[in-house]
Amino acid sequence: MEQQQYLLTLKNIVKSFPGVKALRGVELSVLPGEIHALMGENGAGKSTLMKIIAGIYHPDEGTIIFEGNKLSRYTTAQALKMGIAMIHQELSPILYRPIMENIWLGREPLNRWGLVDHNKMYEATKEVLKEIDLDIDPRTEMRHLTVAKMQMVEIAKAVSYNSKIILMDEPTSALTDKEIHQLFAIMKRLKAQGKSIVFITHKLDEIYEITDRTTVYRDGMYIGTEETKSLKIDTLIKMMVGRDVNELFPKTPCHIGEVKLEVRNLSHNKYFKNVSFTARKGEILGIAGLVGAGRTELIETIFGIRQKAAGEILIDGKNVNIDSPRTAIKYGMALLTEDRRQSGIFPMLSVEMNMTIASLKKYLKKTGMLDNTSMKNTCQEFIKKIQVKTPGLDQKVENLSGGNQQKVLVARWLMTEPEILFLDEPTRGIDVGTKSEIHRLISKLAGEGKTIIMVSSELPEIMGMSDRILVMHQGKVTGIIENTKEVTQEELMAYSTNTAKEYHQLRSTI
Amino acid sequence: MTHIIRNSNTLNTALKKYGIVIVLFLMIIFLSIFEPAFLSPTNIFNVLTQSAIFGIMALGLTFVIISKGIDLSVGSILALAGVIAASLAQVSNATDKYFPNLVELPVIIPIIAALFIGAASGAISGFLIAKTKIPAFIATLGMMTIARGFALIYTNGKPISTFIPGMNALGGRVFDIIPVPVIIYFITIAVSFILLNKTRFGKNVYAIGGNITAAEVSGVNVSKNLIIIYAYSGLLAGIAAIVFAGRVGSVHPGAAAGYELTAIAATTIGGTSHSGGIGTIWGAFVGALVLSVMRNGMTLLGVDAYWQQIAEGVIIVVAVIIDMRKNARRD
Repeated sequence: MEQQQYLLTLKNIVKSFPGVKALRGVELSVLPGEIHALMGENGAGKSTLMKIIAGIYHPDEGTIIFEGNKLSRYTTAQALKMGIAMIHQELSPILYRPIMENIWLGREPLNRWGLVDHNKMYEATKEVLKEIDLDIDPRTEMRHLTVAKMQMVEIAKAVSYNSKIILMDEPTSALTDKEIHQLFAIMKRLKAQGKSIVFITHKLDEIYEITDRTTVYRDGMYIGTEETKSLKIDTLIKMMVGRDVNELFPKTPCHIGEVKLEVRNLSHNKYFKNVSFTARKGEILGIAGLVGAGRTELIETIFGIRQKAAGEILIDGKNVNIDSPRTAIKYGMALLTEDRRQSGIFPMLSVEMNMTIASLKKYLKKTGMLDNTSMKNTCQEFIKKIQVKTPGLDQKVENLSGGNQQKVLVARWLMTEPEILFLDEPTRGIDVGTKSEIHRLISKLAGEGKTIIMVSSELPEIMGMSDRILVMHQGKVTGIIENTKEVTQEELMAYSTNTAKEYHQLRSTI
Repeated sequence: MTHIIRNSNTLNTALKKYGIVIVLFLMIIFLSIFEPAFLSPTNIFNVLTQSAIFGIMALGLTFVIISKGIDLSVGSILALAGVIAASLAQVSNATDKYFPNLVELPVIIPIIAALFIGAASGAISGFLIAKTKIPAFIATLGMMTIARGFALIYTNGKPISTFIPGMNALGGRVFDIIPVPVIIYFITIAVSFILLNKTRFGKNVYAIGGNITAAEVSGVNVSKNLIIIYAYSGLLAGIAAIVFAGRVGSVHPGAAAGYELTAIAATTIGGTSHSGGIGTIWGAFVGALVLSVMRNGMTLLGVDAYWQQIAEGVIIVVAVIIDMRKNARRD
C-alpha cells in the first residue's frame, strides 16, 4: 500500500523510562475510517504507544507522520487541535460539574462581555451528543453518569474537537456486555463518518467483532499487522505470547505438605464470585489472568483489606474470620502488594522503619520501649540475606532503586515470620537481575515449607515458578491446573480469555 | 541498576540539615552583640518560660503533623482545661469563688482535671477523624469552637483567679532560679522524645503520615493510633493549661486564643513536614525557641510590637522555604 493512504504512520518508535525500555522500535499504520486493534500482553507497550500518539509522552527515537506531515515534538493540546484524541483507561472527569462544562473545559464559548455563554455551550453540547446518538441532558452532573456514559461523554468531547483519530485504551474493561454493544455502535458510527479508531482490549472476541486490522506488540517490539478477519485465534495468541520460558526461574522442586490455606466460595460484591481453592505447605500457587480479572482483589480480600460478601477462609482446617490486615498478620499471613508506591513503601522514611513496621511487636521490651539494637541487627541480617543494596539503614527508601525497594518490602514481610505469603506482581518493573534473585528467594521460601500464592501477569513467571496455576477471568475461576511441562502459554491465555473450550476443541481437531 | 548515594559536600549538607539551628545561632549572636542583657541567665530563662506554653503544645502538634494531620483546637482546649482546673484550685476565701462551698483541694486534683479534660477533648477529635474520615482540619476546627464555647459557658465569661499556693508554685521558680514551667517543658520534651522515637506508637505515627495505606496493610491499627495522637495533643494542651494558670495566676475563658497557630508555626519552623512522615521533637523545641528568641530580642531592641508580627510572619515563611529544600527529592 502507498504510504499516502495512511492517516497516521509511526515508524521505529523507541521509548525508555528509567530502568525500563518500554518500546524498542515499534510501528503502526492506521487507515482513514478503520478500527484498528492494538494487542499484546500487559507490558507490551500498547498504552505507552497511545500516549506517544496523544502527545503525553515524547518518543526517544522514531517518526510520526499524520496526514502526510512529519510531526515533531507536540503536546496533548496540540494533538487535540490536529485531530488526535485519546480516551484514557482511567477517566478523570470533574464529577461535580455538568457534562457540558466537562466537554468544553478550557475552551468555553464566551459572549461579548467575555463571560461564559452557557446557552451556546448547552446547544453545542446537545449537537455533539446527538452526533454519537447519546440522549442525556448536557446539564447533568458527571457524577450521576455510569462509567460507560462518562466514556461516551469523553468520546463526545473527542467529536467536538473534530478528531480524525480517536485512541481508546481498554474502553471495554469496565463495561457490561450491553454497554459494550452501545460503545461498539458508536464506534461504527464514527467509522462511517470516516474517523479512525485505535482500540486496545484484552478480550479477543471483541477484536473480531469490531476491528478491521490488528497490530500485535510483545515486550515493546513490533510483531506484525494483519487483517483481523483472516487472523486465526491461535495465531493471534501465539503472536502475543510467543516466547520461550527461559531459565530465569530457578524453581527447585520441594516437598509439598498438607493443606495450609483453604478458601471456600469466597465472593466479593464487585470483583469476584465463588472462588474456591486450596494451597499447601511448600507449594507455590500461581494466579494468572488479565488485568481486571479480580486477582488482586481476591488476595486483598483474603488478607482483610477488602470486605468479603460471602465464603469461608480456613487455615490449618480451622475457619478464621479475617477482618483487617492486623488479623491476617496474626494468622501468619503476609501480603506484598502490587503497587509498591501506593500501598507498599513509606518513601520518606528510613530503610529500617520500612523493614520493621510490620513486626514491631517482636522488639518490645518489658518497659514498653523498642529494642533498637535488636531491630538494627535483624535489619542488617536481612539486608545481607536478601542482598538489599543500600548505603545504610538510615537511608530514605525512596533513594533506592525499584528492585531494592521491593527487597526491603520482602524483608518487611519475612521479618513477621509468615507462613502464608501473598505476592502480587512481585517482580513488576524490576530489572532482570533482581528479578531472578527474587525468584530464587520465593523458591527458597517454599522450600522452607511456606505457602506461597503469587499473582503475576507474566505468563513465563507463572509457568516457571508455580506448582499449580489458578486462572481467573472476570471475577471467576476458569481453571486450576497442575503446572506440568505440557502446559503452554497459549493454553493459559485461553483460560484467561475464557476461550479454553474453543482452544481445546481446536487442539483436538488438529 | 541504580542505588544512589549522594555525596554532596559536607558544608552544604550541614546547612540543609541544620538550617534552622544555624538561623537560631545567628539570631542569638546578633542579639548578644547588640543587647548584652540578652545572654543573662534571667533573660535566658525568660525566653524559655515564654516558649514553654506554646512549646508544650508544639510537641503534641509534632505528633499530629507527622501523621499528616492538624490540630487547631489546642488553644481552646487550654482555655477549657484551664478554667476547670482554676475553679478547683481557688483558695477558700477567693472573692470570685467558683464553687462557694468547696474546700481547698490538694493541687493534684486540678492538675488531673486539666489533663483529663485535655486528653478527652483530643480523643474526641481523634475519634471523629479516625471513624468518620472527616479532614483533621474540620474536626479540630469544630473542637476549637466547641471547647471555647464550653469555657465561656462554664465561667459565664468571667476569669477565675486567686489560687492555692500549690497552683501558684507551678508558675514559680525552684531555688529562686529555674522556672517551674521550664522544668515541666523539659519533662514533656523528654517524654515526647521517648514516645516518638523509642516506642511502637511513635513508629506508627511516622508510618501513618508516611503512607496511610501501606501502614494499614502492614498491620498498623490506624484508627486507634489516630485517637491516641489527638488525645496526646490534647493532653499536652491540658499540661500547658496548668502552666498557664500557675504563671498568670488566673484563667479567663478567652485565654490562649491563637496559640494553636503559634504552636503550629513552631512545629513547622522546626522542620516537621505537613506532607507527613517527617519531623522531630528536637525540631519543635528549636522552632519554639526561634519564635520566642525573636520576640524577646525584638522587645529588647525596642522594635514596635506591630512590626514584630510582620517579622514573625516572614520568618515562618522563610523557614518553611528552607525546609522544603531540605526535603525535596533530589533527582
